[in-house]
Amino acid sequence: MIYEGKKKIWADYQKEIPEDHYFYVRSCIRQSFFPASEATFLNITKKQLGKDIFETEHHTTCGGIAYHSDTIPHETVMTIIARQFALMKKYGYENYVCSCITSFGLYCETLETWREFPELQEKIADNLWKTCQLEFAKPKYLVHASDLIFKYRMQIAAKSKYKLINKQTGRQLRVVEHIGCHYSKMFPSKGVGGAEYPYVLVGMVEAWGGQIIDYPERRHCCGFGFRQYLIKGNRSYSVSNTHKKFESMEPFKPDMIITNCPGCPYFLDRWQYVIAETQGKTYGQDGHGIPVFTYEEVAGLVMGYDPWDLGLQTHQVSVEPLLDKMGIEYDSSTKYLGKNGKVIGEPKKPHCLK
Amino acid sequence: MIDFGFGISPSSGINLNNSDKDTFSKLAKIEPNVLKCMACGSCTATCTAGNFKPTSLRKAILNLQNGLKDEALEILSGCMLCGKCTMVCPRGINTRHLILSINKIYGK
Repeated sequence: MIYEGKKKIWADYQKEIPEDHYFYVRSCIRQSFFPASEATFLNITKKQLGKDIFETEHHTTCGGIAYHSDTIPHETVMTIIARQFALMKKYGYENYVCSCITSFGLYCETLETWREFPELQEKIADNLWKTCQLEFAKPKYLVHASDLIFKYRMQIAAKSKYKLINKQTGRQLRVVEHIGCHYSKMFPSKGVGGAEYPYVLVGMVEAWGGQIIDYPERRHCCGFGFRQYLIKGNRSYSVSNTHKKFESMEPFKPDMIITNCPGCPYFLDRWQYVIAETQGKTYGQDGHGIPVFTYEEVAGLVMGYDPWDLGLQTHQVSVEPLLDKMGIEYDSSTKYLGKNGKVIGEPKKPHCLK
Repeated sequence: MIDFGFGISPSSGINLNNSDKDTFSKLAKIEPNVLKCMACGSCTATCTAGNFKPTSLRKAILNLQNGLKDEALEILSGCMLCGKCTMVCPRGINTRHLILSINKIYGK
């Protein structure tokens, strides 16, 4: 092997991620699916690492869910996105970081469309001025929030309280990493490692002590797929996708799954309940499922955050077996208590899934 | 069990770890030429029965390699042993003999 040649090829799969000064936009669905993930991202980057991450309450959804379910046209979405970029410029930023993979894919698609069709860009800039009186702008760097956590992974590792290691046996935790399809499958050059070797989550897991496992359906979609889920009659497509992935990863006995998309952790988590209740099958140890996490939740766990402050009680698959493996201390009696100390309500126990 | 109004569709995926490879090895032992097939499809293109039925030796071999015995036998059930495929096979496989061996080993 010629090392220099390998290095040159691998350079094509790298992505430039600025160190600091970002305009942050939240996801519309992540805040209800995994309510503490974005707060944890801001806590880690701003408070613990001292980075300049700015967010404003004036930004909106990117329109991705409506666009991918065929309810609004591309031009409308592009105008919404132009408004988000214009807000970034208005607040004096040129690096744009978004929390959602659907948004990230759509931003990439929009920027590429504007590059290829400058007359369309002109039209959108005109729409933006007429509707919002805002000046058109494009970000100098567009990154996804997982790119930033990937960039800071060694700083997070240096501040870590726990490792992705089984405290009882001393062996590395076996981790399945699942990348959102819209991260780099559409525009490979926009993701760390491209579409062939996505490294963004692998890098985090390796830096925090875990071991990545490879399995046949590793790059298969989680099953979200918008139309596959939004209409009840189509949900067999969605759950069948997820089932295929779990059947494929089961022999490798994963301890946990880490994801970087809003839909993937939700469906990989919730469909385990549906598979258990319809097939009587569970994929974890002793009737448990395989716990699924967002990358912010995993970063929060290794940094010693309280699991209930990370919102892990909102998961369908119980996370306690993993917390026990990692040796993380937690108080079961406070699991369903809100910030004000009042009970937030406890879900009913499933029949099959522990 | 709960009825959600939707469920898991059967997968078309083939798990080679769970498929029967022993019988194919047995076939390859008495018909080593089966391993020479490069799936060019000449046999299928020239097949008389293939004009009327889904007869295709190429597809049948692929199915046997994937452990799909019943599908393979069903595909070959229309074969009239005319031997046209033997004449066009670029690898010189005695396809008629191969089909007879498949039927013998796989039970029909």
